[in-house]
Amino acid sequence: MELRANAPSGPIETRWSRHKFDLKLVNPANRRKYTVIVVGSGLAGGAAAASLGELGYNVRCFCYQDSPRRAHSIAAQGGINAAKSYQNDGDSVYRLFYDTVKGGDFRARESNVYRLAELSVNIIDQCVAQGVPFAREYSGLLDNRSFGGAQVARTFYARGQTGQQLLLGAYQSLAKQIEVGTVKMYPRTEMLDVVVVDGVARGIVVRDMVSGKISCHLADAVVLATGGYGNAFFLSTNAKGCNVTATWRAHKKGAFFGNPCFTQIHPTCIPVSGDFQSKLTLMSESLRNDGRVWVPKDPADREKDPRKIPEDERDYYLERIYPSFGNLVPRDIASRRAKNMCDQGLGVGPKVEGFSRGVYLDFQSAIDRLGKDVVAERYGNLFDMYERITGEDPYAVPMRMYPAVHYTMGGLWVDYNLQSTIPGLFVGGEANFSDHGANRLGASALMQGLADGYFVLPYTVADYLARSGKNPVREDHAEVRAAVKSVEERTARLLAIQGKRSPDSFHRELGKLMWEKCGMSRDDAGLRAALAKIPEIRDEFAKNVRVVGSGEELNQQLEKAGRVADFLELAQLMCTDALHREESCGGHFREEHQTEEGEAKRDDERFQYVAAWQYSGELDKPILNREPLEFEYVHPAQRSYK
Amino acid sequence: MSTMNLVLHVWRQSAANKPGKFERYEVKDVSEHQSFLEMMDQLNEQLVSDGREPVAFDSDCREGICGTCGFVINGRPHGPQTATTTCQLHMRRFNNGDELTLEPWRAKAFPVIRDLVVDRSAFDRIIQAGGYISARAGAAPEANSVPVPKENADLAMDAAACIGCGACVASCPNASAMLFTSAKIGHLNLLPQGVPEAHDRVRNMVAQMEAEGFGHCTNHLECEASCPKEISADFIARMNRQFIGSMIGSRQSVPRRTVKR
Repeated sequence: MELRANAPSGPIETRWSRHKFDLKLVNPANRRKYTVIVVGSGLAGGAAAASLGELGYNVRCFCYQDSPRRAHSIAAQGGINAAKSYQNDGDSVYRLFYDTVKGGDFRARESNVYRLAELSVNIIDQCVAQGVPFAREYSGLLDNRSFGGAQVARTFYARGQTGQQLLLGAYQSLAKQIEVGTVKMYPRTEMLDVVVVDGVARGIVVRDMVSGKISCHLADAVVLATGGYGNAFFLSTNAKGCNVTATWRAHKKGAFFGNPCFTQIHPTCIPVSGDFQSKLTLMSESLRNDGRVWVPKDPADREKDPRKIPEDERDYYLERIYPSFGNLVPRDIASRRAKNMCDQGLGVGPKVEGFSRGVYLDFQSAIDRLGKDVVAERYGNLFDMYERITGEDPYAVPMRMYPAVHYTMGGLWVDYNLQSTIPGLFVGGEANFSDHGANRLGASALMQGLADGYFVLPYTVADYLARSGKNPVREDHAEVRAAVKSVEERTARLLAIQGKRSPDSFHRELGKLMWEKCGMSRDDAGLRAALAKIPEIRDEFAKNVRVVGSGEELNQQLEKAGRVADFLELAQLMCTDALHREESCGGHFREEHQTEEGEAKRDDERFQYVAAWQYSGELDKPILNREPLEFEYVHPAQRSYK
Repeated sequence: MSTMNLVLHVWRQSAANKPGKFERYEVKDVSEHQSFLEMMDQLNEQLVSDGREPVAFDSDCREGICGTCGFVINGRPHGPQTATTTCQLHMRRFNNGDELTLEPWRAKAFPVIRDLVVDRSAFDRIIQAGGYISARAGAAPEANSVPVPKENADLAMDAAACIGCGACVASCPNASAMLFTSAKIGHLNLLPQGVPEAHDRVRNMVAQMEAEGFGHCTNHLECEASCPKEISADFIARMNRQFIGSMIGSRQSVPRRTVKR
């Protein structure tokens, strides 16, 4: 199938405004006649639902959490980028666009990235008007910081809780529309399938997580904003409930999956401390502004008190290898180097499964230079969190850090209108394959979620509604009934297996395999081994999973089992994609494709495209569709941070 | 690494309309590095392998920010460590042989759904009554056109840090939601953007809070002590002042609000 990106051409600066003019509108009096379903209530979903409600559409918003305020966008710490150039340091929309295309290692669509950079300024205006308490200077004007190695200070922040404050802004706008009656909210409700009638998305099938009731909701358009799939690795910085079910079920109904192997590993997370570990905690990237990363030069020093290791016996490897960027190299590079050090047997901290995975992040020189008070003012809340989790005082002993899965750049393929390959099914935020290419820069996820929700989807969904008109479907339509029935049967099947192992035990097994074979670095043999093993785990799951309890009640085991079943299918596509992409780019590192210095080596000739995978009906035979990428403005070059 | 054995007395209730009771469980070889919820995961794995119903409890981010988790541990919401949610509480705070009693948040306005899971939708309805600034997407002026004194912005942020977990209600002998409600009012009314709707906001949110069945504040300040984000009870005083001010400054009476679940 030919993929139509529908991206406008011509001068990049005016593409979005020209495109907006070409989009059709819905008369204000007619909007309430259209029903739009939004699944997910994070930055993208919450903002889209609120905005569509403000415009007067009849919106239904669904989330699995007990309140829309708890979506995982809330956990973002660092900040949100915007090209306001309040600091007079040379920033511009074009520079943010340039940095984002380059940071993504030339695997994103230029038109989308430019629009994102352009909308970033509107986002800040909108959030301030909503009462988001961004950090301010004594003048009362907004403060900025530099983030993730950017050479300009363009990051807006609210202490270490920027995601929380932006999400609460969107949640409050949503609450207002719920009060007014244009949005109806369905919390504790999990989407289990999309209803496709005559090739067009017409609704969703959901399970009420309290009563267990399975029902369908019909609509004129469906928006999925259900986040990423990092939990395929079991251990990640995602929330426990984050899952791929909504997007995976849409994929199996015809939505293409874009670049599933593009996952981001965040370099500074608290290391795993034992086999009981249920999730990993991220420590903001901002710590690398003042912390210095090192490992002992001599493996024999690994278990020594780090304070007793003299300076000349430490290897500050990032400063050594990348003298100009030092500790501030992009996430993918910092992560890979930490892994290399530990693989060479230089890792520190307690052994888990016979192996120490950790590097030091040391604040001693910052404390000597700035004083403990300044360090506490900048990072106090993070230091407290570290101490709560590890029981160690980071003011006295260096922190231990190790990379962890954090974000997925891959997701459902969408065109410039954020519409998937199923007409009427739109995808926003982390759930789409997005604007970040092969690597996302720090403080850009919040920007993308809100741009999609407040400023893109309200226009493009309207255009779709205006073009397609009202074609009501009835609940007794054969395809609607079939969708409901298939969900009921799948649920009943999970309950009927009555095997011996818990859903979590399968999830852990899959996660470990994915981390080893499809994690920070991948190679042909490892990926092939994973592709052989995943179907075996899936078969074992189908025979031996045990779901205690019934389907007609709050049943957290049943919820888990359904999600793990979908991860077990997605994992195969992730490995297939990683195996086919015989190059390294951004977060996707193939051992076979590296420069002499061990950096990612792209192959633009063969792989300058988006891999959009189509479900063929058989999990082991996905069909590859390619969307070629063209770079008219930012010319592909080898990234260098030396 | 030291490990411990614990005895848990956990509130079990299969549904909202069913009676509940405490059940006793033993959990062995718990690592000091485990989080409290990872200890609960271990208990549940054990129960599942015995074919018994695992304990239902809410959690999501497990890093102390989403506000999903929380139950009462030995009489204290979120357990013994100050400024810490249940998910961030680690087992090194406990000793081998400890007996712990785990209960859901107890309040009329937070009905139990199952075991340790409660319905906190009352909080959402309080926000829906006025906990927002009516700024439509697209209508916002340039962000720096309205300076906000740093002191006000910082104080607003102190209040906005609320995660909506409900520990304040659970710890209050009156099951009052004053700390939660006043934190949102404090956050928005401190900012110039929140001023146009300030009077309506305080009246409507207070009215909703009462309609939901939360009690009144009698200055026990348990809420402040149990708040994992250390929100100050000063915001309650601020809300009371603004409530009175809104009654004097406006010709409208306190609205009548209902509970729509």
